[in-house]
Amino acid sequence: MEIPYAVKPRPDTGLYNAKLGIWLFLASEVMLFGGLFSSYILLRVGADLWPHGMVSIPVGTFNTFVLIASSVTVVMSWASLKLGRLGDFKKYMALTIACALGFLGVKSFEYHAKFTHYDVWFKDAATAEKYFKAAYGEEKGVEAARKLFVERFHLHNTKAVYEANQVQLPGHLEGNPLFATHRSLASAKKETFQFTPDAPFGTHDHPKPIEVKLSDVERLSAYVPKHSTYFAIYFTITALHGLHVLGGAIVLAYFLFTANTWWKKNPEQLANRVEVGGLFWHFVDLVWIFLFPIIYLL
Amino acid sequence: MQSTTTTTTLDTHDHAPHHDPGFLRSYVFSTDHKVIGIQYGFTALMFLLFGFLLVMCMRWQIAKPGVPIPLVSGLLESLLGDVAKGGVMSPDLYNSFGAMHGTIMVFLAIVPLAFAAFGNFVVPLQIGAVDMAFPRVNMVSYQCFAGGGVVMFVSFFIPGGAAQAGWTSYSPLATIVPTHGQTFWLIGMVLLITSSLLGAVNFIATVIQLRAPGMTWMRMPFFVWTQFVTAFILLLAFPPLEAAGILQLVDKVLGASFFLPTGLVVSGKLYDVSGGGSPLLWQHLFWFLGHPEVYVLILPAMGVVSEIIACNTRKPLWGYKSLVYSVLAVGFVSFIVWAHHMYLTGMGTKISTFFQTTTMIISIPSVIILTCLFMSLWGGSIRFNTPMLFALAFLPMFGIGGLTGLPLGFNFSDLHLHDSYYVIAHFHYVVAPGTIFALFAGVYFWYPKMTGRYMSETLGKIHFWGSLIGMNLVFMPMFFQGLYGMSRRMSDGGATYALSNAANEGVVTALTGTVIKMNVFITHAAFLLLLAQIPFIINVFMSMFNGKKVESDNPWQATTLDWQTPTPPPHGNFTKEIVVHRGPYEYSVPGHPTDFTPQNAPEPKLVK
Amino acid sequence: MSHDHSSSHDPSHVDHNSPEYIQKTIKKYLAVGGILFGGTVLTVAMYYVHIPSVFWTVTIALLIATVKAGFVAAVFMHLSDERKMIYGVLICTVFFLIGLMGLTLWAMNDFPFFTLVDGKPA
Repeated sequence: MEIPYAVKPRPDTGLYNAKLGIWLFLASEVMLFGGLFSSYILLRVGADLWPHGMVSIPVGTFNTFVLIASSVTVVMSWASLKLGRLGDFKKYMALTIACALGFLGVKSFEYHAKFTHYDVWFKDAATAEKYFKAAYGEEKGVEAARKLFVERFHLHNTKAVYEANQVQLPGHLEGNPLFATHRSLASAKKETFQFTPDAPFGTHDHPKPIEVKLSDVERLSAYVPKHSTYFAIYFTITALHGLHVLGGAIVLAYFLFTANTWWKKNPEQLANRVEVGGLFWHFVDLVWIFLFPIIYLL
Repeated sequence: MQSTTTTTTLDTHDHAPHHDPGFLRSYVFSTDHKVIGIQYGFTALMFLLFGFLLVMCMRWQIAKPGVPIPLVSGLLESLLGDVAKGGVMSPDLYNSFGAMHGTIMVFLAIVPLAFAAFGNFVVPLQIGAVDMAFPRVNMVSYQCFAGGGVVMFVSFFIPGGAAQAGWTSYSPLATIVPTHGQTFWLIGMVLLITSSLLGAVNFIATVIQLRAPGMTWMRMPFFVWTQFVTAFILLLAFPPLEAAGILQLVDKVLGASFFLPTGLVVSGKLYDVSGGGSPLLWQHLFWFLGHPEVYVLILPAMGVVSEIIACNTRKPLWGYKSLVYSVLAVGFVSFIVWAHHMYLTGMGTKISTFFQTTTMIISIPSVIILTCLFMSLWGGSIRFNTPMLFALAFLPMFGIGGLTGLPLGFNFSDLHLHDSYYVIAHFHYVVAPGTIFALFAGVYFWYPKMTGRYMSETLGKIHFWGSLIGMNLVFMPMFFQGLYGMSRRMSDGGATYALSNAANEGVVTALTGTVIKMNVFITHAAFLLLLAQIPFIINVFMSMFNGKKVESDNPWQATTLDWQTPTPPPHGNFTKEIVVHRGPYEYSVPGHPTDFTPQNAPEPKLVK
Repeated sequence: MSHDHSSSHDPSHVDHNSPEYIQKTIKKYLAVGGILFGGTVLTVAMYYVHIPSVFWTVTIALLIATVKAGFVAAVFMHLSDERKMIYGVLICTVFFLIGLMGLTLWAMNDFPFFTLVDGKPA
């Protein structure tokens, strides 16, 4: 028994089964990412404070270029098959997969930088100001910490007043631990910890590490989903997108490694499979085209 | 549309050498749509029974709060431990059972039975296809479903038990419950949603691509139309819930606060999250699926009923085109009515009016469908066999369920009825004596095609009358309880708010003795309903071996293609080439030699 | 590889599998790749040219993204020349997506009048 129209298109619809199938699947993916984008808009519109500049624009731009390049190579690999050039197909497909791995590599580098970056909130305004001065100097310390806060949340034009204990101090913990929390530090029987604050706004000179008493800290969080809704939605959407990249790369790699066999058996079916895999791949690219400005730029 | 290209592929199996694929490939990892359909059906029926037994425990607790549950008290205590101490349901356990009853019935019983089981078995047969468009995807779909079922089932036995926040899993409640039942629930849901999506893609592609030559859109049986629209609803409405499920999972496992607002206080303490989330966001994403899901439950049932009615009245369905356009309209509008579940969340008047309007609009095509089915009975020579009895009972039962929904669709009357037993009665009328009756009808109707034997008529009629009476005795009083103000989800059956409770003396809104006494009556009726299912269970198993054998491949003398195959249909379905010549319901055509003309029959010689 | 289905019943249709046609589309793919690179550079440049209005910042960024996405969909995914069935599916999807986003946002920003203070949510 053979399923009709698995390779040749059905005359009245002009489609072979898998092509219709992948478009239906992509329709559901549109709704999946649509739901996530809706959530993003809603959370952001409803938020009191929304941070900016938390992710590196050059890195994001680089990754955008990588994905666009992979979209070009995957469509070229399909066209090569249509022209009967198996060698070119393999070359372009290998490039596509290399791009995918490059994208994921850069993304994991970005993630790692976030997981080792921390914000510290202090229990009251006086304590907070004491630490701000320790970090950035007696005279300009409080102002420097506030400046970082104002720039992060674009508060230049608002009249709202924020107490110093609402202002967090960003920086790195000694030994660059991943995912440390207030509780994990406490259970490690630490009374104080070394904290290297970030450079003042617009500069690159990192201040010297300061000694922070754990009992002065109200909240301490790495840049992880628990940190804020911003990081929560950032990690959720980009991780889901990353999973799509990974899944797509695995499928495309499978096509690449089985290409010889399929080319002998049924070249048209191989071209169909690559077209369908390519459609998925372009969709992943398309999602990123929206994700990039929304997450990195706006 | 009259293409001729399938012929070469259709008859290949005739010449293919017969080979035995082995037990595992035939029954467990089968890619044959019929086997998968039966796998779905069997699993779903088991879950249907399981969900029913859960609610039986709850009914006991409602009628007799604090009294050990008879028969199973020892079992519950030994399996579940402290939450069922002495065989008495604790409020936590009641919440668990309530949440899981809803989840299991909707996602593991009715949808798989109505959509996946009947759809898988019948749709390819009715459109004259050899199988589904993607047989292996079909198998994976069932495996995801089974995996989801296992995760849900296992969650009863983890410390703290299964999810407790209702089948709707509203945040923050769902997130802050300290046990892991909700985590299991979410993982289970992600698997079930994946299964539904794979199934939906497969159904749509099959209907579009694999229709036999001559099977034009307007020659498709109405059942295929309902499955087609259902598949679209699943395809496009489920993903936002999948997104919501992922977000809630991140909340629950990684401590994010998508659905947790700033300043959330739990048990008198500020909850340790960043805040900034929106509980209403969950409700929007949930009901964006939740409402179309109602039509996922009801449309296939309408499809089953119309097949059975057309066959057993021996006349064409009245208004086939109206039915088709109505089902398309229902599918379309079902996406923009969801917030009528949320009138009480403080939406403004404009948006409430919008959703109230769309809700009223969607009732029009639903009523058209029901009216067409009623009209189809007119002047028919009706055969009152068991499938037909269930199909006939579906009509008024669904009618009651649908009409009682209107007061819930208007926001001013919903303010009073929201979250009361009235709501429970309303949607159970739609789903229990509505959809489930239609599904029973389907089981009795297609059983001969699946097994080659009829189910027992005697047992079937006992099952029918017991169920019909039981269902009405259970759900009718709930309307009154709800109108009197009894809230749902109370583990003591409202005793806390009863007039008889000294604390409520002089409270005019307290529940009267009659309302509380109805609990006991309903519970008795529920036991009657449980008893009425026993003949069905016996019937399903006994008839496989002892049932009356079918006289022909088309025992009901039906016109659609599912009856023009061998019994049971072999791998590849059809032994002859299928070309469709006519519409789906050519019963009692004047001049034709028989009172039914199959869709693939060439023009018969007219009888003078 | 050049037996074509569509040309058989629609003679006006270009043969999509002919080497000449594919060669021509390859040029198109490279051009679109260039446009996408350019669009990305433009989006990033817009970020550094500070626009005071939030509305316009968001609108312009999303507009560029939409144009880029449109090119990917139309050319790379061959949507500019696709079958009716697929258009139908996608139109439905877009309609429901707009419903999901639009109605949710509307519902979240339409407050009952008695909860408003000076016309704004308290």
